[in-house]
Amino acid sequence: MIFLSNLVNGISLGSIYAIIALGYTMVYGIAKMLNFAHGDVIMVGAFITLCAAQYWNLPPFLAVLVAMLVCTVLGMTIEKLAYKPLRQATSLAVLITAIGMSYLLQNTALLIWGANPKIFPSLFSLDAIRLFDGQLIIKPETLITIVANIIIMVALTLFIARTKMGKAMRCVSEDRGAAELMGINVNSTISVTFAIGSALAAIAGLLLCSSYPMLQPTTGSMPGIKAFTAAVFGGIGSIPGAMIGGVLLGIIEILGKAYVSTELGDAIVFAVLIIVLLVRPTGLLGKPIREKV
Amino acid sequence: MKTKKAKFITNMVTYGVLILLFVVLTVMINNKSISRTLKGQLIPICSWIVMAISLNLVVGISGELSLGHAGFMSIGAFTGIITSGWLLNGFQMEDPTLRLLLAIVAGGLVAGFAGAVIGIPVLRLRGDYLAIVTLAFGEIIKNVMNCVYVSTEGTLLHWGFLNGNLPGTLLLNGPMGAVKVKTIATFTAGFILVMFSLVVVLNLINSRSGRAIMAARDNRIAAEAMGINITKYKMMAFVTASVLAGMAGALYGLSMATLLPTKFSFNESINVLVFVVLGGIGNIPGSIVSAAALTILPEKLRFLQNYRMLAYAIVLILVMVLGNNPLMKAMWRKLIPGRNKEQSGEEMRA
Repeated sequence: MIFLSNLVNGISLGSIYAIIALGYTMVYGIAKMLNFAHGDVIMVGAFITLCAAQYWNLPPFLAVLVAMLVCTVLGMTIEKLAYKPLRQATSLAVLITAIGMSYLLQNTALLIWGANPKIFPSLFSLDAIRLFDGQLIIKPETLITIVANIIIMVALTLFIARTKMGKAMRCVSEDRGAAELMGINVNSTISVTFAIGSALAAIAGLLLCSSYPMLQPTTGSMPGIKAFTAAVFGGIGSIPGAMIGGVLLGIIEILGKAYVSTELGDAIVFAVLIIVLLVRPTGLLGKPIREKV
Repeated sequence: MKTKKAKFITNMVTYGVLILLFVVLTVMINNKSISRTLKGQLIPICSWIVMAISLNLVVGISGELSLGHAGFMSIGAFTGIITSGWLLNGFQMEDPTLRLLLAIVAGGLVAGFAGAVIGIPVLRLRGDYLAIVTLAFGEIIKNVMNCVYVSTEGTLLHWGFLNGNLPGTLLLNGPMGAVKVKTIATFTAGFILVMFSLVVVLNLINSRSGRAIMAARDNRIAAEAMGINITKYKMMAFVTASVLAGMAGALYGLSMATLLPTKFSFNESINVLVFVVLGGIGNIPGSIVSAAALTILPEKLRFLQNYRMLAYAIVLILVMVLGNNPLMKAMWRKLIPGRNKEQSGEEMRA
């Protein structure tokens, strides 16, 4: 029973990683850049949700909508100001800019909200589900996280497969130059990708802080790194890969902490990543790199 | 392509300027005409310079993005602290200079061994996958260091993993890190280490092996076709860089009274990467200038108080965005004649 409860918690944590990893993997697939500021967009999203819920007394549903709106605008602004001028620059230059952006967001949050951790209130007033005569208790946050993850996955897969914008995204990630020749507006496609990724980050922020209710300006960085790991684990650039990678990583982390060692939980996660990459050098669902002479 | 002579002159100028700076700073320290904050920063600056030089060897010369360089620094730092404490407690070695030398050598050796063990799996991967695995190793090292306990009892060393009940005096106390470290690092030792790593790296670059490393970076397939053993030369660069990072770590660790394992996190690896990129990828003198400048800059920005790191972030973004702006690049070229023909100049390469 304890194992089952750990497994559910693992899937829930993994779902959060999966939602964050989607932002990384979509941006990587289309703009070919590692957006290290993504983790900090999560933190901003969580703070906005907190403010909207506490100071304006909005219901959680509306609060997260406000956060999504703010994060979308934030994500698109970051792209316009910092990443767009560097389209032709080396990938390292873009990486450093993303890191600068991450510092900028963290320190702005530090100035606005202060360094002291804030307790994130429980926004979901539902009862915990008790199964097997109360031996297995599933918290409402856990259930909502898993359900939200499934809804997001289905919606995003449909969006990419069925809509015109989704088609454009697939084209740009395949070959940016050819897509441009076919009349696809590459800049607006990249903008939309950042918008979707950032909106998802806001949702992830709410879900993360509902399960782990401590919020401070550095909250986003560690989940950000782990979600990035999850994206690579599943094969960066692949959307189902991000989903599988995220959930697996969450399960490994929780089970590792429960059964091997609490202190070494993170080390286990990264060790599994290394082993997977040694067996499959481009991740679980990644396309093999073709080499042309 | 720079001529051999131009390269030689650049290298000699780098050595000369460094020696001159060292003499000036030593005189200033003796005259007490140097501010206390700057004096306290001199040894960390030396270790960050060595870190930047060694990372530049991996990122710039060998062309592999490493995001876990602080891990090797961590290994070097704690090995150095253990060695120094062990020599003092177990063998009554009072001479700090000899102890520092042995600690730095031990730090370099252990970090180099770790680099060899990590390099074998890491260098099989390419591009961003390689970057993420170095990040993963950096995090693992940080996490494992958090669980290691070491103590000395006479000439014996006791080890404990997740278990702090060790006899004798504790040198390494798990998550509490190293406490009451005898700070034996000196600015002179730091300067010698900087010169040593400079000699090693510049000579490596200008050697047969260095040319092989750069050939493997520029075109892997062509280099392989020319009979260059890619793995061997990539390993050479990676292990050399780990040794130097371990030495820098030992110097850094022995200049601090307390040191936490969490100090060497992903953020520190990124900081060193920022030094390398701002100094110019593959540009060793540039790394030295930017490592020194960017270590001093946050201190100099202290008058901004809470806005300090914000200002640092904005400077970083602006430098990257403006430095890669085609208009600005054209302006630089006009300002500095001959720059478009020859890629020289260190400070201007932002």
